[in-house]
Amino acid sequence: MAHNVNFDLSHPRVEAGLESPADEEGVHDSFSQLIAEESQKEGPSDAIELQYQQRNPEDKDRDNVAYLSPSENRRWRIGSDKTGEEDKGRQTDSLLKDSWSSATLKILSSMPSRTIGRSRGAIISQYYNRTAELRRRTQRRASIKDFSRSARPSIRGYGVEVDTTDSAEKKQERLIQNLQNLSAVDRVRLLKEMPLNLSEKKSLRRLTLQMTKQTRSSSNLRCCSYLKFHIILALRHSWYNCLSFLHSLHLWQMPLKRVSGRFGSGVLSYFLFLKTLLFFNMFLFLVLGSFLVVPQAVYPPEQLENRKSFTGLELFTGGGYFANTLLYYGYYSNHTLHSCSKNNISSPPKPECDSKSLSYNMPLAYFFTIGLSFFVTCIILVYSMSKSFGQSFRIDKSNGMLAMKVFCSWDFKVIKRSSVRLLSENIRTQLKELLGEAHHRHIRSTISDKLVRLVMHGLGWILCIGATAGCVAVIYYFSDYMHKEQLKSSQNDSGDPELLKEASLLALPVLVSFINLMLPILFQFTAWMEKYNSPSLRTFVSLSRNLILKVSVLGVLCFHWLKRVAGSADNNKAFKCWESFVGQELYRFLIIDFIFTLLATLFGELLWRSFSDKVLKRNRRPGFDIAKNVLDLIYGQTLAWLGLLFAPLLPAVQILKLLLLFYIKMSSVMMNCQAPSRAYRVSQMTTIFITLLCFPSFLGASVCVTYTMWRLPSSESCGPFRGNKTMIQAGKQRIVELVKENPNLYFLAEAHTYLVENPLVLFVGATIFLIVIYFQSQVVDGQRKIIALLQEQIENEGEDKKFLITRLQSVHERKRTPARNLTSQVSLWNDRLV
Amino acid sequence: MGTTASQLPKESLSEYQELTFLTKQEILLAHRRFTELLEGDERNHPNPRVPMDAILTLTELKSNPFKKRICQVFSTSENRDGSLTFEDFLDLLSAFSDSATLEIKSHYAFRIFDFDDDGTLDYGDLEKLVNCLTGETADTRLSSEEMRQLISNILDESDIDKDGTVNLSEFQHVISRSPDFVSSFKIVL
Repeated sequence: MAHNVNFDLSHPRVEAGLESPADEEGVHDSFSQLIAEESQKEGPSDAIELQYQQRNPEDKDRDNVAYLSPSENRRWRIGSDKTGEEDKGRQTDSLLKDSWSSATLKILSSMPSRTIGRSRGAIISQYYNRTAELRRRTQRRASIKDFSRSARPSIRGYGVEVDTTDSAEKKQERLIQNLQNLSAVDRVRLLKEMPLNLSEKKSLRRLTLQMTKQTRSSSNLRCCSYLKFHIILALRHSWYNCLSFLHSLHLWQMPLKRVSGRFGSGVLSYFLFLKTLLFFNMFLFLVLGSFLVVPQAVYPPEQLENRKSFTGLELFTGGGYFANTLLYYGYYSNHTLHSCSKNNISSPPKPECDSKSLSYNMPLAYFFTIGLSFFVTCIILVYSMSKSFGQSFRIDKSNGMLAMKVFCSWDFKVIKRSSVRLLSENIRTQLKELLGEAHHRHIRSTISDKLVRLVMHGLGWILCIGATAGCVAVIYYFSDYMHKEQLKSSQNDSGDPELLKEASLLALPVLVSFINLMLPILFQFTAWMEKYNSPSLRTFVSLSRNLILKVSVLGVLCFHWLKRVAGSADNNKAFKCWESFVGQELYRFLIIDFIFTLLATLFGELLWRSFSDKVLKRNRRPGFDIAKNVLDLIYGQTLAWLGLLFAPLLPAVQILKLLLLFYIKMSSVMMNCQAPSRAYRVSQMTTIFITLLCFPSFLGASVCVTYTMWRLPSSESCGPFRGNKTMIQAGKQRIVELVKENPNLYFLAEAHTYLVENPLVLFVGATIFLIVIYFQSQVVDGQRKIIALLQEQIENEGEDKKFLITRLQSVHERKRTPARNLTSQVSLWNDRLV
Repeated sequence: MGTTASQLPKESLSEYQELTFLTKQEILLAHRRFTELLEGDERNHPNPRVPMDAILTLTELKSNPFKKRICQVFSTSENRDGSLTFEDFLDLLSAFSDSATLEIKSHYAFRIFDFDDDGTLDYGDLEKLVNCLTGETADTRLSSEEMRQLISNILDESDIDKDGTVNLSEFQHVISRSPDFVSSFKIVL
């Protein structure tokens, strides 16, 4: 990328004084004027010409020099004054003197670091170097001994093809040559990534393909490589078609665009999170549906009890008509299904069926399907969490946010005019805040202020935690009471109508959802009472309080189900099939949670908006609380994961719920809310949400399911694991049977014994994992140190540059003054002669 | 859209797909929106050029404070008037698309913010940039004192070689620290 800058001061043009002293008017004080002049001149200019400029007249066309207001005569005294004061001892100054001569300015303006942004020749050079590097990487590496010593050791790594006298056409030829030698994938990727305009890329591609075709036709292609070539082409074509088909299935593209156009990326992240959850549930539904539901639906077991009639209440309670259906665990049979014994299900299969019929081992299938779906969900979650974390984690600790705020905070997706105005207001407030912070950082608050603030925070926390503990205790005792009521009523067989009994099952979900609704309002009120210094702290505190509430509520519910309900299975006929009962409970919780969200959206946002419009007559509508809504989504998804073992069709219910929720929230947001008035760091919050989805939510659900499978005795009369002590034992037994039938699966049993049951494997695996994490953190530390060193080096190079330019300028001035004297003398002589 | 000149030939479509970050559907949608901007007689022109005023009527660009700079950066016209051909329009959408790399986006963002097109962001460029961000009316701008302080802070933070301007590499260095840039530098038709 080194242009041949001609620093030769004994250049004949200088001697001849073509840089005429009369050009003192040409002492520019801004680049813009200079470049505007350059573009107006025809042919090479008079002053010291940089050779590349002479040879590449077309570069001038590429330089975008249009929109320069010639009246722009800013004097950059500010920078120079400041640095002048600071660096008193230094000779050099920042490159902002307002009296550079035009030659110096020309040199400055054609420096590589400044032309790369605007000149086509520079871009082609840069990409030529990049393709050369790529090619070199695939070929033999040149050893360092081959390079001659140079004053700038940094050139050594580059293969020293200092071909600085090449014109743009030659550079382009070499670029095309390099492109040909790359693989097709690399070539396509490199062409896409070049920041040139499309017509030039087209010509580059055409030239590359032309030459490729020539080279190909010249060599003799063997028949198999010819075929391979065509096959690869056909595959690539079909891959592109497949990708565009997938893209065209964009779910909800228009509504998402409307939301982002009006509210920006923050609110959009909520809807994208909802979409992600929808895809998770669709995957679960497909897996469970194809492996569990469909086989069982095709070969239904015989009904022991009479099916109850359908009343409307089933949709809410999940019992009644739905009780003995595919929805719940109790329906699934515990033996192998055979395709021939369709009529006679419960009895063992006839001997003549064995050889030809398809058999499907339902308990084993149930066990492995649940395990597989949890495992795959875990992998997907950990992968997306690490990807999201990797994107938002930055190695070097940034020393300030201002530059980043100014360059990166404009959201180009926002389209609506009022939202654009709001965004500008946001940015202005943030910039002012940051400027104020920088100013007032040294002002410390007094001790009493700090104490008061500490006391307020402490009170707030005590209030919130106390309220949470109180509500958890209420749920505990109420669930105990309801449990005892159900035991009593089933034992007495009292004359209460069925409907009332079913409806009383809804009491616990309603209580829990009510608590989930009311307590966050209390938290918000507490947060409003305590004054927080920074908005991000407030967000984190409210997020953690809501999280504590939801985790404790779910914890006490799991305790209730897994200890009490499962524990009373033996002595009560109501809980004979406790897994189905737990499945029904989870179904009820999901449905009631959805109804409460609906009501809260309706009454909360709609009524609040009309209240504030009509009564308070304020112009500001309520904002959309992203964190609280995302936590609600995570809570619902935890319930769905918990219920996977007990109700295999629960993902379908969750899918319906999410679809309806999307449209309801979308219309509510559009009608009632306005764009957020506070800054929202999207990628950081998205990382946090995915982490929350993985750690408390998914981990908790999988721990509960593992505990159920491992420790709890399964019920005797229903489900695929009836009659065994625990589900894991049933699974093992089935595997043993399978191995007995097919002896070549022996290795599976061996693998199971040595790998899964051996605690040493787990220990070794965990140790290796921890060691890898430690190494990676050391690598990151090392990279931080390297970044600091490189920054220092760049600063030093900048000093070099400034030194050279100022010396050049001073030498110029010295040379010019004798020349001026000379010409003035010559003119005097002329006058005298005449 | 009756005439064949206003429809996209198949080879061009696959070529555009290979050279830009857009998918086939996006290219077709762009073609449709572009021809809507043309006057009736221009549609039969082999390579029509839409003037800047027409481009600025698109809803995606109408309220954007950088709309003029965007048109100027992507324009390949001789007289620098910001008019765009269809290929310039595709360039624009490709740089602002979902799958464009960080490097392309930061390159074009730099060119958009470089108001005087001299290859670096100096004081004047930064001042105009901040004014665009905070709004155009007089009461929404920062005071001159605040502006001065802001720009000197920005230069302190991002000017590594201390030459008083932010060049492309320094700009890309700042951009790489912000994970939100890629998602906010997007325009979707």
